[in-house]
Amino acid sequence: MTPLLQVEDIAKFYGARIGCSDVSFDLYPGEVMGIVGESGSGKSTLLNCLAGHNTPDRGTVRFDTRADGLRDTITMSEPERRMLGRTDWAFVHQHARDGLRMNVSAGGNVGERLMAVNARHYGEIRASAIDWLGRVEISEDRIDDRPTTFSGGMQQRLQIARNLVTGPRLVFMDEPTGGLDVSVQARLLDLLRGLVREMNLSAIIVTHDLAVVRLLADRLMVMKDGRVIETGLTDQVLDDPQHAYTQLLVSSVLQV
Amino acid sequence: MSDYNFAYLDEQTKRMIRRAILKGLAIPGYQVPFASREMPMPYGWGTGGVQVSAAVLTPDDTFKVIDQGADDTTNAVSIRRFFQKTAGVAVTEVTSEASVIQTRHRIPEEVLREDQILVYQVPIPEPLRFLEPSEVETRKMHALEEYGLMHVKLYEDISLHGDIATAYAYPVKVEGRYVMDPSPIPKFDNPKLEMSAIQLFGAGREQRIYAIPPYTQVVSLDFDDYPFRPTKADHACDLCGAGDSYLDELIVDDKGGRMFMCSDTDYCSTRRRHGHVGAKGVPYDEDAA
Repeated sequence: MTPLLQVEDIAKFYGARIGCSDVSFDLYPGEVMGIVGESGSGKSTLLNCLAGHNTPDRGTVRFDTRADGLRDTITMSEPERRMLGRTDWAFVHQHARDGLRMNVSAGGNVGERLMAVNARHYGEIRASAIDWLGRVEISEDRIDDRPTTFSGGMQQRLQIARNLVTGPRLVFMDEPTGGLDVSVQARLLDLLRGLVREMNLSAIIVTHDLAVVRLLADRLMVMKDGRVIETGLTDQVLDDPQHAYTQLLVSSVLQV
Repeated sequence: MSDYNFAYLDEQTKRMIRRAILKGLAIPGYQVPFASREMPMPYGWGTGGVQVSAAVLTPDDTFKVIDQGADDTTNAVSIRRFFQKTAGVAVTEVTSEASVIQTRHRIPEEVLREDQILVYQVPIPEPLRFLEPSEVETRKMHALEEYGLMHVKLYEDISLHGDIATAYAYPVKVEGRYVMDPSPIPKFDNPKLEMSAIQLFGAGREQRIYAIPPYTQVVSLDFDDYPFRPTKADHACDLCGAGDSYLDELIVDDKGGRMFMCSDTDYCSTRRRHGHVGAKGVPYDEDAA
């Protein structure tokens, strides 16, 4: 089986400081991988390098494209990479405002990716926008409202709908539940878990919330100071952490 | 003769602007940056158009200026006088006699010829600006031909108003490549953008020049199920009776009375001179003005 994403020896430096270093892994279709670690451990840097927002200083990222099989996304041309960014890839930002157009209606936000790949039939664009709003539990009568009138949880769900409308195969998520209260988080996680299974999505989820990865991720990567210190199946890593830092991380979770 | 250099600008500046114009003509619809100069008028009054006109005028030219179609508004009169004074060129109000026409917000009704140049005053040259505030990003979008966002604006129009409500500055795609803002002309004028004359667009404050060479394909963007339709007031001109020209609406009393008249004053008076009379018009009198 060909991996969907092949990451080899990625490194990114900010001057003399390490952003992330020596990261390698394979991600297979339908697999969800969690990346956990404390603030400043290089999780977001790594995610941005994988998603093409940052150029790593070393290493290769190969993606299994529909047309040509495995291609190095770092050396491919910018138009190709941006095309991937709005078709086969999706990026869910921590803050919905970074991923949404706040002065465009919810329907326009969802439709943008369709129009970006040359959908030119208003009725069809609107129909799929309505369909997707329904799938993320936003009622149809909110389709012409701007995201500024939405609550934080709704904005985040709208961002997810906007990203998934073109049927991507790989979703990058940067703290998708950050800044939301626990009951809204629970609903969002439930929704994400359903969509991931239903669409057979592969996903890379960066988070510092161990509960999120417990629910969503098949595999886990623990990072500290820009390096991967432990990898394994999620339950295995969380229930039987080997590295001292992972043990600390797991034991730091507050119990209610 | 005056103490100004011909057409106000110095020769080096005119060369710089001509280079930008030539580049614009070579890449239809592409916004060419240029070093816009301070002109003796405020931004928003046509500083871009004036600089382009200054760069293309020759002593043999006949110059015409229209503002919203009219030859006799403040903006049109002051720019016409400016070049009368600084270039000493002949001026006219008759479209067919002019070799260079500077315009704000309209394309003349009369079909233009190959030996004419139409210069537009442009306030905001970037069609994507109100959707994407970053200039770095919009330039990248033009470079990579990522124009999905332009349709988001049209989508918003339909979802909010039931139809494409954009009535002016309607975005067009030039020669199948660049999406361009045709300046705030009514969308009624969009089909006329495919013409025999050279069209030059100057944005002074934004420091951009772009161009449409003669006989270039210009397509107004739309949706398959909401095709582009040029619109005008559903009326005929009350002065000359023309049914095919773009109309201004004028409130004439405080009892709801109104009349419609051609926004192109030269087109209207030429028709009246030839004996056409509208519903509220009177026969043309040469000395009336």
